[in-house]
Amino acid sequence: MFLLRDLVSARTWLAMTQHLTGLIIGFVAIFIVTFGLGFGFGGLFFALAGLPLLGVMLRLAEWFAREERARFALFTGEHIPAWPAPGTDGRPGYRWGIIPRWRTWTEGATWAELCYALLRLPVSAIAASISIMAWAVGLLLVLLPVYGPSLPNGGPTFGDTVLHTRHDLVISVVIGTVVIFAAPQLTRGLAIADGALARLFLGPRRDLAARVIELETSRERVVDAAEAERRRIERDLHDGAQQRLVALAMELGRAKAKFADDLDAARELVDQAHTQAKEALTELRNLVRGVHPPVLTDRGLDAALSGLAALCPVPVDVHVDVPVRPKSSVEAVAYFMVAEALTNVAKHSRASHAKVVVEGHGYPGTLTVMISDDGIGGADVNSPGLSGLADRVSGVDGRLSVESPVGGPTIIAAELPCG
Amino acid sequence: MRVVIAEDSVLLREGLTRLLTEAGHEVAAVAGDAEGFLRAVAEHSPDAVVVDVRMPPTFTDEGLRAALVVRDRWPKVGVLVLSQWVEERYATELISGRPHGVGYLLKDRVADVAEFLDALTRVADGGSALDPEVVAQLLARSRHPLGELTPREREVLALMAEGRSNAAIADTLVVGGGAVEKHINNIFTKLGLAPGDRDHRRVLAVLRYLGTG
Repeated sequence: MFLLRDLVSARTWLAMTQHLTGLIIGFVAIFIVTFGLGFGFGGLFFALAGLPLLGVMLRLAEWFAREERARFALFTGEHIPAWPAPGTDGRPGYRWGIIPRWRTWTEGATWAELCYALLRLPVSAIAASISIMAWAVGLLLVLLPVYGPSLPNGGPTFGDTVLHTRHDLVISVVIGTVVIFAAPQLTRGLAIADGALARLFLGPRRDLAARVIELETSRERVVDAAEAERRRIERDLHDGAQQRLVALAMELGRAKAKFADDLDAARELVDQAHTQAKEALTELRNLVRGVHPPVLTDRGLDAALSGLAALCPVPVDVHVDVPVRPKSSVEAVAYFMVAEALTNVAKHSRASHAKVVVEGHGYPGTLTVMISDDGIGGADVNSPGLSGLADRVSGVDGRLSVESPVGGPTIIAAELPCG
Repeated sequence: MRVVIAEDSVLLREGLTRLLTEAGHEVAAVAGDAEGFLRAVAEHSPDAVVVDVRMPPTFTDEGLRAALVVRDRWPKVGVLVLSQWVEERYATELISGRPHGVGYLLKDRVADVAEFLDALTRVADGGSALDPEVVAQLLARSRHPLGELTPREREVLALMAEGRSNAAIADTLVVGGGAVEKHINNIFTKLGLAPGDRDHRRVLAVLRYLGTG
């Protein structure tokens, strides 16, 4: 059934249109490009008169590539993603809109588009002729019984043989039917192959496409990690400092009421309120310490890590050797990593000693961060803390490794590119 | 005691002024930024100054830099630096080998009025006052092994680094003066330091040992 449907389906005839339009467009394109290249480069030898000509030709080739992407989308449904357009980084690829800049010449996309413009005509010519031939041969064979007898020899003649017997006619009709049914598949198959070719020349490079996908996922994870971090801060503020301030206000309120009759009780309540206030301050300070302390911006990692080391109830050895300060996003990730790891050391590791080593290698080079402890190990890589850490590290294109066999020791290390 | 205050938050500036006035000190001037502060010190020649680290225009460390200017230009003036966060690195820069007449405390410590006033007096008299949190950071980042010290000796070392006198250490730890002296001698022996008789020489030795000297 589908063979019959394909004979009249829109896709088949759109594919045919695709080949035929390709023929016309290819003709124009090859003319423009050969003319442009020939006269443009030729013109370069006489002053620089060829340059604007080349510019016009390149811009036409660019426009042609855009038009081709649209044509493939329209006729075959094939969506070819574009190269990052020249000029997206703020500088157009042409001076005064017409003189191509040097980087336009060095860009792979320019040459891919030119090659494609030259290939369009031969490719379309082959595809269109094969498709048309298939339909024509099929029809001729099927209709042989109708027109055969009226031919001069009473049938088509191949050398000395004349096809006119009933047996010949039946075979001809059978073969013709097969060819006609195959013709739509052939037409569409060629259109698909054509699409693949266009994608090869007009689409982005494969490694680039893979990188885009990787960046998309890592960006998503970084956004999620930031969101989770915000929620954690909100929770910490709500459960910690805010509760303490509520308690403090309550105690002061009670003290106010007591002042009239029971001075000793009032004094005690004020005393408690005083303690609450100081604890709220400490809690707020430690909260900021775990996020991004001002000293990190002012004096860098070495200075900032002292605060984390002092805050950790387990003794921590800190070795920092970073000759050149990395950019602030990398510093922030390294700091966050140490903060998270030391929190885990304090909470879960039962370690008696921990070690933090931060080293910078080369310029801009990489920053290596390593936190180890002599605790019981068994850290869960999928815990919110560690997976959030992995997300943050991947956000700056770094690599995180967590080694924590049951029984210890635990080693968390990361390599962060600084460039 | 005549004091000049540099603090950009109006709330805290007023609070500090009231606190010092109530304690019988004279607040000669208050300033909201480093420039005004230095002018006020030049004009009033106070006994001590109280400076916030973060002030306009950049809100990073201009208070600290102003404090260093005061230290260099008017060595007789006691400098007490206050901050929302204390950092071992800032302390190192502030002391830079001469723990005389300098202090570096968390703003929270103002809440313990008596202790705060005591620290300010100490600084004005040429002593020193380091926040326990800074000392904890110094101990955490010490280049020397402190493992030989007993927990009690570590406590005593920390209090010495804060700039406390023997009597104050004895009070804090609720022990007698003789016991404190014994601990201090043990510490100096174990760490290989020359024993100092005067308080501030002792502090100097300790800080130098911890790596800020």
